[in-house]
Amino acid sequence: MSGDDDILLRASGLTKRFGDFVAVDGVDFEVRKGECFGFLGPNGAGKSSTMRMVGCVSPVSGGELRLFDLDPATDGPAIRARLGSCPQRDTLDEELTVEENLWVYGRYFGLSRKEVRARAAELLDFAQLTERAGDKVEPLSGGMKRRLTIARSLINSPEILLLDEPTTGLDPQARHVLWDRLFRLKRSGVTLVLTTHYMDEAEQLCDRLVVMDHGRIVAEGSPRELIEQHSTREVLELRFDVDDHARHAEQVSGIGERVEVLPDRLLVYAHDGDRASADVHARGVAPLSSLVRRSTLEDVFLTLTGRTLVD
Amino acid sequence: MTTTQQVPVASRLARALPMPAGAGLARMLVERNITSFRHGWIALVTGFAEPVFYLFSLGIGIGALVRTVTTDSGMVVTYPQFVAPALLAASAMNGAVMDSTFNVFFKLKYAKLYDAVLATPMGPRDVAVGEISWSLLRGGMYSAAFLVVALLAGAVRSWWALLALPAAVFIGFAFAAVGMFATTFMRSWVDFDYVTLAVQPMFLFSATFFPLSTYPDALQWLVRLTPLYHGVALERALVLGDVGWGVLGHVAYLLVLGAVGVVGAARRLERLLLS
Repeated sequence: MSGDDDILLRASGLTKRFGDFVAVDGVDFEVRKGECFGFLGPNGAGKSSTMRMVGCVSPVSGGELRLFDLDPATDGPAIRARLGSCPQRDTLDEELTVEENLWVYGRYFGLSRKEVRARAAELLDFAQLTERAGDKVEPLSGGMKRRLTIARSLINSPEILLLDEPTTGLDPQARHVLWDRLFRLKRSGVTLVLTTHYMDEAEQLCDRLVVMDHGRIVAEGSPRELIEQHSTREVLELRFDVDDHARHAEQVSGIGERVEVLPDRLLVYAHDGDRASADVHARGVAPLSSLVRRSTLEDVFLTLTGRTLVD
Repeated sequence: MTTTQQVPVASRLARALPMPAGAGLARMLVERNITSFRHGWIALVTGFAEPVFYLFSLGIGIGALVRTVTTDSGMVVTYPQFVAPALLAASAMNGAVMDSTFNVFFKLKYAKLYDAVLATPMGPRDVAVGEISWSLLRGGMYSAAFLVVALLAGAVRSWWALLALPAAVFIGFAFAAVGMFATTFMRSWVDFDYVTLAVQPMFLFSATFFPLSTYPDALQWLVRLTPLYHGVALERALVLGDVGWGVLGHVAYLLVLGAVGVVGAARRLERLLLS
């Protein structure tokens, strides 16, 4: 379908070791121009280590990595000049004002003062921070700091924007504002690569994603494909008034395709959730509450690894 | 033809030398520090005041008690004349060490400044060179101001003193480089006691306030091994116009110290931040 020219980022057998510990264990993936590509997985899955290698700030321990057909080992600065990087923890310069942060960061890329000023004005507008331009960074809210970090990472008009856990630690409203900004970026043609342990974020933003666990990729596809392949259409959630839900798993076994036991509820995977619910009641089982919902990427992850994403 | 052959040789050479990567953008970090400093210019004033206070309290105060001093090369000078060049060297050391240890440690561990910098085309060499250059720029301003005060106080005796300013910057370079190298090994603020432990005795015993000949022979050799002694001797020679070939020895000592510091600092930054 799409030619090789479209592939901006390619990894094969990519590995990261820290001493004896293998953080990333031979992963393969490709990112095409203009798409939003995600790494979904729990903390410690190897997402950030992968991102740091892609950002050319962490040397590759094994396998091959190419960005724009260049090798980070030999062309690190040239690659980084074409990347935007938004790290997990804000690394804003707290000794500078909001607009100085953008100016100074642009200068790190070797851009002229004139270029940097013009670009900063646009980006402040994009980040909805024009009114705070002359303020110090420290008193800004978490959401504002994140938007400034993203604005800063766009100062060099990058072809790929790397976002490591872009909305971790933000309140729901701030997350939605941020997602809206990221949508706009994608529409303007910027390729996004992000990591997240929020399944709703992955579903909202990603065209394609890989699910990572213990340094490996366990599944790959669009959010919809992953749900279709690895889960049922609907899920029935049952809560009981007990400490150990495993006791009730037996009572509902055979209903739906599969039953998953979590510490606080049972998940019954079924194509028709209401039907499953009716079956449960017909057996005389009386849960405290029952809820039918559509399958999400969280269920995909649970099916593939037997664990939840956020614990 | 020749160029096609030179390229692989040059890149092989670049790989063989222990020189960490940089993109020639070190000046951008200097620019960042100037921008930041505009918000906190009060710190500039304190850096200038310190050696001037010492000059007046020790030079003029003790100078009233001690009429003249005979330098190690046999020159007879007034006490302010004796002590002023040493204070110039010592304050160059102090400023450079403060900048390259406390300030760099904060940026490295807490502000995470260099993590952000290294995500751009800039490399660890740019960080090391940029921070050291900034430290020298600041130190140079202090030294220039101090020299003017020393001149007005009658402590300058020779036109050689014109070279005392570049010499002070050079002393700052050696100490900033080593200070930054040392900082990359520091785990917490507690480790900064070692900095004080190294700097304070040097400040007091590097023939700063009395000639080297006051010490017993064994101690004289110990003092000669320490870096500030060479800084003080260099400045004293220039400010008093007592310049001999020995000056080159002091320069060589400081040059080696600085070079080891720059390369060491950049390599350590690479290991710490680009893991």
